[in-house]
Amino acid sequence: MKQFLMGNEAIALGACHAGVRLVAGYPGTPSTEILESVAKQKDPDIYVEWSVNEKAALEVAAGAAYSGARTMVTMKQVGLNVASDPLMSLAYVGVKGGMVVVVADDPGPISSQTEQDTRTFASYSKLPVFDPSSPEEAYQMIQDAFTLSEEEGTPVLFRPTTRVCHSCADIEVLDQKPAFPAPEGFMRDTARFVIFPKASYQNHLRIEKRNPLIGKRFSSYRYNTLTGKGKKALVTGGISTAYAKEALLGYDGEFLHLCVATPFPFPEELGRKLLNEVDEVLVLEELDPVLEKALIFLCGKYHFDVAIHGKLDGFVPAAGENSVEILKNAMYEFFDDFPRPSRPEAVLEDLPVRPPVLCAGCPHRASFYAVKQAMKGRKAVFCGDIGCYTLGNAMPLDMVDTCLCMGADVTIAQGIRRVDPDTTCFSFIGDSTFFASGITGVVNAVYNQSDIILIVLDNSTTAMTGHQPHPGTGQTMMGTISEKISIEKILTAIGVTSVQTVDPLNYKAAVKAVADAAKEKGVRAILFRSPCIAVVKPEKPVVIDREKCVGCKKCIRDLGCPALMMNDNKASVEESLCTGCGLCSQICPTSAISKEGK
Amino acid sequence: MMVNSCLLCGVGGQGTVLASKLIAFAAMEKGKRIRTAETIGMAQRGGCVVSHVRIGDEIFSPMIPLKGADILIAFEPAEAVRCLPYLKDGGTVVVNQKAVRPVTASLADSGYDGKEMIAHLKGLPIRLIVVDGDAICQKCGSPRVLNVALLAAAAKSGALAMTAEELKYAIQKRLPEKFHQINFAAIEAVEIETERNPIV
Repeated sequence: MKQFLMGNEAIALGACHAGVRLVAGYPGTPSTEILESVAKQKDPDIYVEWSVNEKAALEVAAGAAYSGARTMVTMKQVGLNVASDPLMSLAYVGVKGGMVVVVADDPGPISSQTEQDTRTFASYSKLPVFDPSSPEEAYQMIQDAFTLSEEEGTPVLFRPTTRVCHSCADIEVLDQKPAFPAPEGFMRDTARFVIFPKASYQNHLRIEKRNPLIGKRFSSYRYNTLTGKGKKALVTGGISTAYAKEALLGYDGEFLHLCVATPFPFPEELGRKLLNEVDEVLVLEELDPVLEKALIFLCGKYHFDVAIHGKLDGFVPAAGENSVEILKNAMYEFFDDFPRPSRPEAVLEDLPVRPPVLCAGCPHRASFYAVKQAMKGRKAVFCGDIGCYTLGNAMPLDMVDTCLCMGADVTIAQGIRRVDPDTTCFSFIGDSTFFASGITGVVNAVYNQSDIILIVLDNSTTAMTGHQPHPGTGQTMMGTISEKISIEKILTAIGVTSVQTVDPLNYKAAVKAVADAAKEKGVRAILFRSPCIAVVKPEKPVVIDREKCVGCKKCIRDLGCPALMMNDNKASVEESLCTGCGLCSQICPTSAISKEGK
Repeated sequence: MMVNSCLLCGVGGQGTVLASKLIAFAAMEKGKRIRTAETIGMAQRGGCVVSHVRIGDEIFSPMIPLKGADILIAFEPAEAVRCLPYLKDGGTVVVNQKAVRPVTASLADSGYDGKEMIAHLKGLPIRLIVVDGDAICQKCGSPRVLNVALLAAAAKSGALAMTAEELKYAIQKRLPEKFHQINFAAIEAVEIETERNPIV
């Protein structure tokens, strides 16, 4: 049966068809749709959860895999940093049921903090990794990954990149999933499941012996292919394989082409076969020069006199995404007879720029603005975090001074306050991020008697990644209702003595809450609670009285709301965007803006 | 078979993704091979968005190479200009004439209204079809039909691997029934408009 699937849907369906029993993950672009697509299957044999963070997800899955179930964990590349503690140890302990850890990398980066490469993490953690080049490969390879994992008793990494995750193709898939036996359940085996230094030594020896054998197995893996003939060779992996094939359409020169779908353990025999025949190799891959270094290593190990070109010698860019054009340019340099790529024509200058911004009506805008107004003229630092509210850094709000990683707002603020005692230190954290990794930071602040103002931007969803439920929403991925976990109660229980909950769209109350908190000492918290505009019905757009508007532009210059603009020297509202949040109506000096019916 | 590549571009929230899904569905129905690529994530929030749609037998890259698009369907004038490097020489551009003014333009008082972009496009050796998307949306009573209106104009141009009839069928099959009539009305409005001002 043919289906039109996004890469992430293909991974999900492949996992279902491989008999996965439990899927856990934490949302993060470009990985999010994988878990959601598994949940959409509504297969009674599959348990799906959004875990509170990636570490929790991986541990939940490990427990299920200890008990013989096939499990999958999904996350983006930076999520792997959070999950790396359990994963490094699990690599030693191993699993019983097949366990595939899907980590989506983001070359560019397009929506991430780093350009880290999960293939590098694979060699560091000594775990095998699959690197699909298309949605159809992803569908097949995820099934192979489960098989390998179970046969070798090890977790296996699976690493698509953004352009595989978010591209779609018509894919031949199984009509229905094959039957799989039920997992046998947890069998006590303390020598195996209790990690101890002595056992780890033994396991380390076992892993170092095993990996070259897996590399050997990979040399005959169907998606590692060596084709063509000649004295020059291309070596490609991931989406660069697809770009290379596209770039080579119409080129009839002689060359060998090695496609590597399993970068670690490197298929050495296949690599040697290639190096035996050629003088020069061009390696095309994104992020780290993983394949390039593997080939250079082989040249040294087996004394091949072959020149390896790639990122390390500047043949292709060291950072950022690849494209057909970048590859064509490299091929033009590499081959003697590759047609000269045409230069892209210059685009008209002065095109309006469109950095991503907070949506019209976003309650975060009101929260940032209230803090900004309350702290006007006072020394303050605003520590931000990961989520839609990172966009609070955009002009004119300009309210994010630091952003590092999930949860770091709370703790960075503490550190700044220690060396800058005259400054009021704010930390801004979203509700989902608070549950994911903010709570530890608050405990740290209270225990160590820090002096910060914690602003929780609670919009009752995980907005940036597409509105996933979390512990504060009272809904689970299985569709059941659970008790909402109260952020106020958590803060109070930790020992935060001042906890205010305010609707940020009530401008005066919001500014007062911040001003009051600024007068106090210790750890104070304000919960700005107002739902994301995408999860509630909008109100009627505001109305601007052109008679009253004096064209001062305060609404536009202060708020930067996409729904507000000037028309004929008066403020006007784009009705298709305005949600009627009414923030602008509360700050207009001539009361020219009103909420309809008020 | 030749490859037909269509680039859809606009501003986050304008409905480019659904438009690309409708083209893909129509191609699937005809038994054609298809690849698409979407912008998803941070770039969506008011930022530039593009969808690449490629139909044909020998396609490897989901992204259209530069100078590789047969047709550009632009939901916004400046986005049409921004994506011109993707257009084949002499290719077709279907563009909505209404500008979406970014916050940066409002803050800088740049006065951007899209007219200079349309004027620039008119001076190029391309096949240009300007659509008054606003008028069609008002006529149909919903800003949500912009994507289908632009698709209908693209279908009429003959440069897209989808006819107006195939578009209707895709809507019937892919969209909830309550949205069928307003979208058919949008296609109708485009047909009336192109009868008055034939696409050349």
